[in-house]
Amino acid sequence: MCLALPARIVSLEEGAMATVALEGIKKRISIALLDDVEVGEFVLVHVGYALHKVSEEEAARTLAMMAEAGVLEDEIEEITERAP
Amino acid sequence: MKYVDEYRRSDLSGKLAAAIAREAHPDRTYHVMEFCGGHTHAIFRYGVQDLMPGNVRFVHGPGCPVCVLPVRRLDDAVELAEGHGVILCSYGDMMRVPGTKQRSLIRAKADGADIRMVYSTQDALRIARENPSREVVFFAIGFETTTPPTAVAIRQAAAEGLSNFSVFCNHVLTPAAIQHILQSPEVRNLGTVLIDGFLGPSHVSSVIGSEPYQFFAEEFQKPVVIAGFEPLDVLQSTLMLIRQVNEGRHEVENEYTRVVTREGNVKAQSLVADVFELRASFEWRGLGTVPYSALKIRDGYAEFDAERRFAISEKASREVKSCECPAILRGVKKPTDCKLFGTVCTPDNPMGSCMVSSEGACAAYWTYGRFRSVGGEVRTVMPEVAG
Ligand code: SF4
Repeated sequence: MCLALPARIVSLEEGAMATVALEGIKKRISIALLDDVEVGEFVLVHVGYALHKVSEEEAARTLAMMAEAGVLEDEIEEITERAP
Repeated sequence: MKYVDEYRRSDLSGKLAAAIAREAHPDRTYHVMEFCGGHTHAIFRYGVQDLMPGNVRFVHGPGCPVCVLPVRRLDDAVELAEGHGVILCSYGDMMRVPGTKQRSLIRAKADGADIRMVYSTQDALRIARENPSREVVFFAIGFETTTPPTAVAIRQAAAEGLSNFSVFCNHVLTPAAIQHILQSPEVRNLGTVLIDGFLGPSHVSSVIGSEPYQFFAEEFQKPVVIAGFEPLDVLQSTLMLIRQVNEGRHEVENEYTRVVTREGNVKAQSLVADVFELRASFEWRGLGTVPYSALKIRDGYAEFDAERRFAISEKASREVKSCECPAILRGVKKPTDCKLFGTVCTPDNPMGSCMVSSEGACAAYWTYGRFRSVGGEVRTVMPEVAG
C-alpha cells in the first residue's frame, strides 16, 4: 500500500479525472490532488490518485526497480482487477 | 533495465557501502530506524543490511498502516458490515488481517457480509451511487498518503448529496508516531531500543513535506533523512545519517529531492485540513494510546462520519495470544523472536497484521530472509538479489 506507480497522463477528463497509461494498460485515476496536470506528464499513482508529478527519468527508474523487485506485476494486477 | 543494472553492477552501491564502512566509527554503534514499511522491504529485498558494517543496524519502525491498526477498530469494521448491514468497502490489504477470534473481513465476507475490496475511494463512491438504497461505508486506513484521497471522496459525496455514503476514519499521522517512539520508556529510560536517527518516509513526505520533522529532530536531537525507496537512496540516506551522527548534528535532510519538497503537496494538505481535524487520542497497535496522532472528520462533514451515523457497540477485543506484533512495531523485538513465526504463522495463515501486510516486518522476514544461528544469536541472512 505504500507503493505508488509512475504512469503517463494520456487524457484529461471531467471532474478532476484523467486516464493514465502504464505498461500497456490504461486506467482512470483522480487528479484532484494536483494542480495543472498536462497530457504527457508523469505522475505517481497511489490508491487511484495522482500524488505528485515525477520526471520521465524518475518514472523509468521507479518502474525498473519495481519490475526488478517483482512487485510491478502485483501492483498492476491490483489496479486492473479491482476496478471496473 | 538500465537503472537496475546500475544498482546490480553495484558500482555506486559498492562505493556508498565503502563510504559507510569508512565513516562509521568502529567504537560506536549506529541504529537507524526506517519508519516506513516500504523501506523495510527495500532493505530486505536488496540485502542492504548485509552491505553494512556490523555496527550499523536497521531498526524496523511502525510505518505499516495495516499493522498499526488496533484489533478493536477492525472488529468495529466487521460489526458495521455484519451488525448494521452496510456495504463495507476496504482496501485489499486489510482483508486478511485477523481480528478478535481470528475473524477477518474475508471471513465475514465468506459468511455473507457485504464487504467489497476497492482500489480507490472513487470505487467506493461509485458503489454508493449504484446502490442508493444501501448504506455504503468506506473503511479508511493509512498514513498521510491515503488521507487526501479520503478527503476528496468526502467532499465529492457532500457536493453530490450522496447521503448513503460515509467513512469509518482511521487515518493516522507519521510525525506523531515518531515522536511517540522517542518518548517511549523503551527509548528514553530502558535503553532497550536504540535509535540514532530516522530514515524518513518517501511518499508520506511528498505530501507533508520535510518541515513537519523539524520539531522532533530538534527536540529529541535525532537526525532525520528523508529517503527514496530505491536501494541506492537507502544507502545514500544512511550515509547522510552517519555523517550527521558523527558531526553531532540533528537536522532534517532530504535525500529524495527528486520528489519531496520542504512544503510538500499544499493542495492535498488543504483538502485534508478542510475535512479532518486532530483526534485527541488514538490507539495504535504496539504503541498504545498516542495523543494527537490521528484524524477525525470535522463537524461540517459529520453526516459522512460512520462513527456518528452508526452506534458501534463497546466490546472487548483480543489479539492472538503470543503474537509479538506490538513489540515488533515498537522496535523492541524481531519477528524471529516470535514463537509462532514461520511455524503457526505464515503469509498463508497469518496470525497477526505484521505477517498479512506486504509491508509488515514479519512478511519481509519470511519473504526475503533465510535464518541461521550465529553464535547463539538468530541472524537473518539475505538471499542474493534474484534474476
Ligand atoms: S510471526 Fe505472526 S504471530 Fe508472530 S509476531 Fe509476526 S505476525 Fe504476530
